[in-house]
Amino acid sequence: MPRYTFSVNGRTVTVNAPADLPLLWVLRDRLGVTGPKYGCGIDVCKACTSHLDGKAINPCVVPVSEAQGREVTTIEGLAEGDRLHPVQEAWLEQDVAQCGYCQPGQIMAAVALLRETRNPTDAQIDAIENVCRCGTYFRIREAIKNAAAKMRAVDGPGLRKRS
Amino acid sequence: MSSPTPNSARHEDGAVDRRRFLMVLVAAPTLTLALSAETIAPADASSSAPQPADIVDAGDALILAGTPTAHLMMVLEVTENGEVRAELPRAEVGQGITTAVAMLVAEELDLPLRKVRVELAAARPELVLNQLTGGSNSVRSLYDPVRKAAAAARARLVAAAGELWDVPSVRLVTRGGMVVAPDGRKATYGSLTTRAAKLPLSRITAKPKPEAEHKLVGTATSRVDARAMVTGQMRYALDLDVPGAKPTMVRRPPTINGTVRSMKNEAAVRDMPGVIDLAVIPTGVAVMGETFGQVRDAVEALDVTWGAGTVDSLSDAGIRKRLRAAVLPPVVPRLTGYVEAEFDFAFVSHAPLETNCAIADVRKDRAEIWAGLKSPILAQQEIAAALGLPQRQVTVHVAQSGGSFGRKLFPDAAIEAARISKAMGRPVKLMWSRIDDMRHGRTRPASHHKIRATYAGGKVLTYEHRVAAVETDFRHGVGEMLTAVATRLPVVGNMSFAQVVFHLSVKVPYRFGVVTGLLKEVPLKMHTASWRSVWSANTRGADEIVVDELAKKMRKDPVAFRRESLKTARQRAVLDKVAEEGNWGRDMPEGFAQGVGFHDEYKSCTACLVEIDARNPRKPRVVKAVIAADVGRPINPRGVEAQLLGGLTDAISTTLRAGLHIDRGLPLEGSYSQFHYARQKDSPTDVQIFIMPANGEPGGAGELGLPAAVGAIANAYARATGIRPRSFPINFDVDFTPFPR
Ligand code: FES
Ligand code: FES
Repeated sequence: MPRYTFSVNGRTVTVNAPADLPLLWVLRDRLGVTGPKYGCGIDVCKACTSHLDGKAINPCVVPVSEAQGREVTTIEGLAEGDRLHPVQEAWLEQDVAQCGYCQPGQIMAAVALLRETRNPTDAQIDAIENVCRCGTYFRIREAIKNAAAKMRAVDGPGLRKRS
Repeated sequence: MSSPTPNSARHEDGAVDRRRFLMVLVAAPTLTLALSAETIAPADASSSAPQPADIVDAGDALILAGTPTAHLMMVLEVTENGEVRAELPRAEVGQGITTAVAMLVAEELDLPLRKVRVELAAARPELVLNQLTGGSNSVRSLYDPVRKAAAAARARLVAAAGELWDVPSVRLVTRGGMVVAPDGRKATYGSLTTRAAKLPLSRITAKPKPEAEHKLVGTATSRVDARAMVTGQMRYALDLDVPGAKPTMVRRPPTINGTVRSMKNEAAVRDMPGVIDLAVIPTGVAVMGETFGQVRDAVEALDVTWGAGTVDSLSDAGIRKRLRAAVLPPVVPRLTGYVEAEFDFAFVSHAPLETNCAIADVRKDRAEIWAGLKSPILAQQEIAAALGLPQRQVTVHVAQSGGSFGRKLFPDAAIEAARISKAMGRPVKLMWSRIDDMRHGRTRPASHHKIRATYAGGKVLTYEHRVAAVETDFRHGVGEMLTAVATRLPVVGNMSFAQVVFHLSVKVPYRFGVVTGLLKEVPLKMHTASWRSVWSANTRGADEIVVDELAKKMRKDPVAFRRESLKTARQRAVLDKVAEEGNWGRDMPEGFAQGVGFHDEYKSCTACLVEIDARNPRKPRVVKAVIAADVGRPINPRGVEAQLLGGLTDAISTTLRAGLHIDRGLPLEGSYSQFHYARQKDSPTDVQIFIMPANGEPGGAGELGLPAAVGAIANAYARATGIRPRSFPINFDVDFTPFPR
């Protein structure tokens, strides 16, 4: 069986696994990283959303071979120690989660969006396809906007460069 | 920040340990630290005779049913580090009950919220009927017992400090988790708990704080488990690390309740990489493997010959025909002005984001189960029966659920996992695929409605609503609870169980003269379960549409007409609130419209006003919602808002696009790409929710929001498009290629 080495939340791991085994099951069943959730297995619900080299992916359809030599970040790796990511902070402030099952994926999707745009429009937020079966969408929207505002406020250099 | 642990084993040794600390198990004779009956008066609901249907609703009935054991419900423990641990006989499925209970405990004990830890109790058969999460009754049934238990604990801690310092209890106060003397001496609860545990029982009496003194209860509070959820630390059933439990899935039949005849390629599948074992069970063929990815491949590779299911010949058209044939006709003649309408509602999947799943470890003489369950006692009984074990040999742990909406009243996955574990002789981690969850999981039954209302002289004279619905499966404990009470209700007589629930839950809130509602159920051997708000979403949703149509015929404004027809000031207040905040009647551009709906249930009431963009009637979007709710006494208004937001999203989904097509014995939909539950792009960018101030006892909130929102959305759609919606969801094409069976 082939061997793959990559990093998960800053830790280097090596696994023996079939090349086509979806990364989601390597994370959950082999490495015990259970933050990314299963909701469909076919890239539809987005509950498993995580990052590969900082970009949003859905590990239920990404084969483990694609992770070779790269950086995987799951919800568990988003905070720095006890310091939460501003998006997680915003999620707490809006009290977004109900059952919470979709929220790791929602947060990872929001973080990825805010890496691409500092000031997301409603249309850009609408493009996040993650299902929340508890129906928390409005709070998610508010949390993303608040997080973006907060990040712009601390992100002074970016603003100065432009002025 | 505190957080509930996902499951709680009740180990004997742990129990012995805990006895050293103050532990309040209200009036339980078996524990040394139980409080006496005078200290905690048992809930007094049983002493008052139940009132007719208008007064007793389904939630009340559940509370009454639980009353004989209400005094046994709460376990509170004050630990040496000054935390209070509460063991809660309810399920947390996202509704925030652990937060509400933690708030009540913190309030009574003058303790910071973070020092309260709420755990979900394992199945406790001694609670008989009182361990069930449904009927929007959690807060309603727990409000008194939790406060009484916490007040008792506080009184004992105060008494312990009084003894220590030789100061009368009345001169001591509690603050920030400490008892404080007039001279400034302080003692933490943790330092007092052992002494408090030793006090003789009879000396201490306690009453909960007057509600007027509540500081925390009634204020908007964030969930105690929120941090665990946003950091990925929350453990759901399949995240638990049960030694040896291996990934397992089931290959299911091509039609509902189909059976396994034979397997053609068992040996080849056993040889597939990562496959550990395979077993035939009543629901299909189970495969265990090293990872779910490999198990899925093996399940798909299986070649099985199937026997017939139970509804193979049935499709939507046939089901609809049977419902239409079953519905009883209205009887009032159309002598005066009248409105008449018929409605159809499709089957709807509960589709919790966490699919049916469970972990089971079945041995020769005992079994242990972990699952998200709303009626764990029932699960324990059924699993014991399925395995041929005595009930006490089955331990059922309640895990955090990734959503329920009614689905997790049934222990389907837990029973299946237990059977597989028995067949394979190993611990099992069972997960249903999404496709199976949607096609073979339980659904909200389809229903057909006939409504006739007559009016004259500006008044509604009669209102008849006849419902025919595919039978809802109630064999999950709500049944036992309600039938236990139902026989005591004057209105109920010899009705079927479903009719009992229907009468207890569905009522028209308006002064509409002679009002009658009748339900006829059509039994079909399908997997059904009540869905958030049971019949109210469809029944009251249809009512609200007819109310708008009546208003139109009678040349009245929909809000003004509702206002003059409602019965109480509380009801009118929520309606006024949304009309005012939502700017009712404002000019809307072509293709846009406002709509309003109202609902009263579970001793609460709510109004919902939405604005819809239906410029393209095939692709409508609710762009704004204004909701007001009176829940009697909100424990956590923020939690109530969350429930209303959830109800709104459910209403947007089921009214506009989300449903299941049944085709020759199986739903066509198999994932969220086909079952169109709303996504961010379908939800409003402006939502305002108003919770009315406390004015009585806590009412239910979990299911309240949906029916009013269904009415509001349908009414807005009708006004925007001129199309009167009669069949739901409104846009319900098969716009996908179904997965193979
Ligand atoms: S589980 Fe990955 S998208 Fe649904
Ligand atoms: S919070 Fe339950 S699915 Fe989103």
